Amino acid sequence: MKTVAKTGNEAMAYAMKQINPDVVAAYPITPATEVVQIFSNYVADGEVDTEFVAVESEHSALSACVGASIAGGRVMTSTSSQGLALMHEILYIAAGNRLPIVIALVNRSLSAPINIHCDHSDTMGSREAGWMHLYCANSQEAYDSLIIALKTAEATAVPAIVSTDAFILSHAMERLEVLEYSDVQNFIGEYKPRFSALDLENPKTYGPLDLQDYFFEHKRAQIDDFSKVLDAYDKAAKDYAELSGRYYPAVEEYKTEGAEVAIFAAGSTADTAKEVVDDLREQGRKVGLVRMRMWRPLPVEQIKATLGKFKAVAVMDRSDTMADFGGPVFLETRGMLYDSEEKPLITDYVYGLGGRNIELTDIARVYDDIEQVANTGKIEKLITYLGVRGEK
Amino acid sequence: MATLKELSKRKEGLVGGHRACAGCGGSATIRQVLLAAGDKPTVVGIATGCMEVATTIFPYTAWNVNLVHNAFENSAATVSGIEAAYKVLKRKGKIKDDIQFIAFGGDGGTYDIGLQALSGAIERRHKMLYVCYDNEAYMNTGYQRSSATPYCAHTTTSPAGTKIPGKAQWRKDLTEIVIAHDPAYAAQATPGYYMDLIRKVEKALAADGPSFINVLSPCVPGWGYPSDQTVNISKLAVETLFWPLYEWQDGSYKINMKPREPKPLVDFLKLQARFRHLFKPGNEHLVEEFQAKVNRRWEVLLRKEQATSA
Repeated sequence: MKTVAKTGNEAMAYAMKQINPDVVAAYPITPATEVVQIFSNYVADGEVDTEFVAVESEHSALSACVGASIAGGRVMTSTSSQGLALMHEILYIAAGNRLPIVIALVNRSLSAPINIHCDHSDTMGSREAGWMHLYCANSQEAYDSLIIALKTAEATAVPAIVSTDAFILSHAMERLEVLEYSDVQNFIGEYKPRFSALDLENPKTYGPLDLQDYFFEHKRAQIDDFSKVLDAYDKAAKDYAELSGRYYPAVEEYKTEGAEVAIFAAGSTADTAKEVVDDLREQGRKVGLVRMRMWRPLPVEQIKATLGKFKAVAVMDRSDTMADFGGPVFLETRGMLYDSEEKPLITDYVYGLGGRNIELTDIARVYDDIEQVANTGKIEKLITYLGVRGEK
Repeated sequence: MATLKELSKRKEGLVGGHRACAGCGGSATIRQVLLAAGDKPTVVGIATGCMEVATTIFPYTAWNVNLVHNAFENSAATVSGIEAAYKVLKRKGKIKDDIQFIAFGGDGGTYDIGLQALSGAIERRHKMLYVCYDNEAYMNTGYQRSSATPYCAHTTTSPAGTKIPGKAQWRKDLTEIVIAHDPAYAAQATPGYYMDLIRKVEKALAADGPSFINVLSPCVPGWGYPSDQTVNISKLAVETLFWPLYEWQDGSYKINMKPREPKPLVDFLKLQARFRHLFKPGNEHLVEEFQAKVNRRWEVLLRKEQATSA
């Protein structure tokens, strides 16, 4: 283990190097470009065994990844925003064919208007594609998560997206600890594909037409396998903790003991909120933080158990559902808690769209709001657009 | 080159029992291409389209080789990935055999929605043969016009109406677009001239780099002709100069079939319902224009051959 200084992108590229995948097919896009740019240097210098396919679009990037994965290779790519949107069609195909491809992703808003900065609308827009989603709070976590995600993906045949926040994490230098190459290789093990289109002894038809008579059973089986991801993830995360000393639960609690209210947030904002929690705790206020790290599959029981104990919860959504009902995390959180006997009052704060900065004071204000909700038992405003001009 | 006798003894890559129409030109093309690929290990990719849906209905498959279907527009990109994985797994000693790769797509999946993926794959020099089974429209969805649809052809989205007589535009010349990429080999073929197609596939697979064959593959319901006429129409397309058989390699063109006396284009058109409206009174000029354009393009091709011959 050694300590290095790396940006989120550098950390993810370094994890990819230590994973040393068979094939990386990728296309540049701000702010994720650096991941493949750095990785192509590793290829050019012979530091990895990877066949790097510099494709002509993200659609072809994921299409080539699908081909390489069906051929039995360990496969990764990287993208962001419009790139993920262009991959959208193939996301479903990769998952439906049970291909454990891993995407190192940087969360960026979707056009229009065009913008290169952070929000979570890209991955939230792909949350039904059958991929595992992990949202990272810092560069260390981005590095660690790619390795854990690959292990989980290959154990379950479910592909994975690991994401960082555009610029806030992707381009910010942080101190992190990296493992030795051999430790990473031992942890992930040799890839043993379940099938290969290069297996000439057992010719098969991959991706056949599947009609009304069988499609539903195959989808049901995929959904069933998806439900096994959480356990596989937890095992991988615990094994990784033994190796690295860093444990990442699917749902992280921060100073929730004795807390009456909590913010439920993902990504870098959750780390920022920890500062606010520390300050408010010093003032004796009963506030805590729950960090949503895994959002697919939904760690339903963990979220219910964790959030169920608060009087009020503020969900922080860095995207909107365009349903005129707030953000996706808000909607799904309310859905998960609907049957709970003990459940908090839940409000939503849609914030930070297009990279709008979120200040410590903004987060402190959210705590003020939910304390009031907890105290009065009444929600004055269900959905707040936080930090946008013209709104309170 | 394999003889007909040798070919008859080879194991078929695509076998019968699939759901393609009687007289399907597309399945004849694929069958011949896979026969020509021979006994060498071959892995195949295919775009969404007639040939994919007719041959892979779960739990059945008509394919004796490994077949990968991904989506509509990405046959070339998918096989790029397979070929990339093959290279690295071979380097690592995990694959022992020499494997050849063939990507199939219809004209919709190649001329139109898959053009970018094809262009990218050739530019990156993946060693694969891309075969377009060109039946000149979106036949799988019910005969809609594509950029491969010929001038004046009636399709369901370029219908021959009272004001507009079918498709108003000339077809895109995909073979020339591919040649502009400087591939290892490119050709046009059609299954009616099957030994020509076999020879071209052998040549394409032996070439050191990406290769492409555009195979005019008549479609019984889309073109509107009796199902026993596929081979005849395939041949007429060549004999009328509608679909010249030629190949390109190392910068040189070679026309493989020069009819001593080309047949008039109407011989090809009149057998097909998609051109029926051209024979109504008042539409004579359209046939003349069509013929003139075919002649002009043939002359351009002759000049290219002459200019590039050694």
